[in-house]
Amino acid sequence: MKKEVNYSNEFLKGLWDINPVFKQVLGMCPVLAVTVSAINGLAMGLATTFVLVFSSLIVSLIRKIVPNQVRIATFIVIISTFVTIVDLVMKAKFPELSKALGPFIPLIVVNCLILGRMEAFASKNSVIRSLLDSTGNGIGFMLALIVLGSIRELLGNRTIFGFQVLPELYTPMLVMILPAGAFLTLGLLMGLSNWYVKKKEQEEIELIFSGYRSATTLNTQTELN
Amino acid sequence: MELIILFISAALINNFVLAYFLGICPFIGVSGKITSALSMGIAVTFVMTVTSIVSWLINYKILIPYNLTFLTIPSFILVIASLVQFVEMVIKKVSQPLYRALGIFLPLITTNCAILGLALFGAMREYSFIQNIIFALGAGSGFTLAIVLMAGIREELELANVPDAFRGAPITLIVAGILALAFMGFAGMI
Repeated sequence: MKKEVNYSNEFLKGLWDINPVFKQVLGMCPVLAVTVSAINGLAMGLATTFVLVFSSLIVSLIRKIVPNQVRIATFIVIISTFVTIVDLVMKAKFPELSKALGPFIPLIVVNCLILGRMEAFASKNSVIRSLLDSTGNGIGFMLALIVLGSIRELLGNRTIFGFQVLPELYTPMLVMILPAGAFLTLGLLMGLSNWYVKKKEQEEIELIFSGYRSATTLNTQTELN
Repeated sequence: MELIILFISAALINNFVLAYFLGICPFIGVSGKITSALSMGIAVTFVMTVTSIVSWLINYKILIPYNLTFLTIPSFILVIASLVQFVEMVIKKVSQPLYRALGIFLPLITTNCAILGLALFGAMREYSFIQNIIFALGAGSGFTLAIVLMAGIREELELANVPDAFRGAPITLIVAGILALAFMGFAGMI
């Protein structure tokens, strides 16, 4: 029972507790560059998740064979193999999407999120745990990309995933589609998430404090009595 | 003339950091102080120039003649990784002061997507050998300019009264957004 709880935690922590974008601030380049629309964000998120999951599967399978000195080079070769697969498949099956994402599919190789997960988790943990960890992180990354892409597409083009959401009355803000909009949106979102976390922490501290206070007042009262 | 336009376009109009979002990690990580930002910028420009030469040779002398273009990504990344190591060793041997100035930043450059992005852009746009070098120099100086500007702003920001939740990465991103807006002004130059 205890183990199962542990496993689900490996998966869930990637979604929020150590969300790659908002908490670890890793892999920023694709996050900013491709989130012009929600569909681009989804495609990039899926591609990154695919590479992340399969690379961490292989890395955790061979973690006991690879000598420590050459591990980074090994990781990079494994990652670039899967990135090549994604790149070629995208070019063959989804040529338009591949063109829209441009060099950012090959650039998944140097996404620090992937190398970071390999180094910090997959090279030290069992296959099942690293699979769960990488799936969680990948989905967390994908969710962040979709949120960012939806906000930018909505404000800059009135649509989400190509469907018109805002009425014609709304004048699209061109800046949201431009590079500056990416920086501004991500900065504001990150600030918002920090503010939320701080507020939660504050509430928890106050909860402990109030519990402590009521306990001490109870104690003093009993002492007085 | 064409080369000058290429240089200006890579440095200012299509600035790697502010228009293509390449090399965001060092841009946010190493932009705390002007001196270290300048060292980082110079190191990146240097590695970019060497990479542009080597990647062009690999692409046109090995990969294309032998029909191996599906190996572009692994070969470029391995070449960059070993190149960075090599450059680090050479600088250590040749110039101690330069090594001390760039020292810690060189290994970091391996995972800088600006370098691989430069090699891939060069291959995608089919630049000639000279064009590729000029493109690398332009991109490198654009990166240096952006990171030094950012460091200057961040040194001032330390004294500013930023809301608690926005300290660190968020305010840096917002400032970068405003910088990107300013750089859009260059778009009409050519």
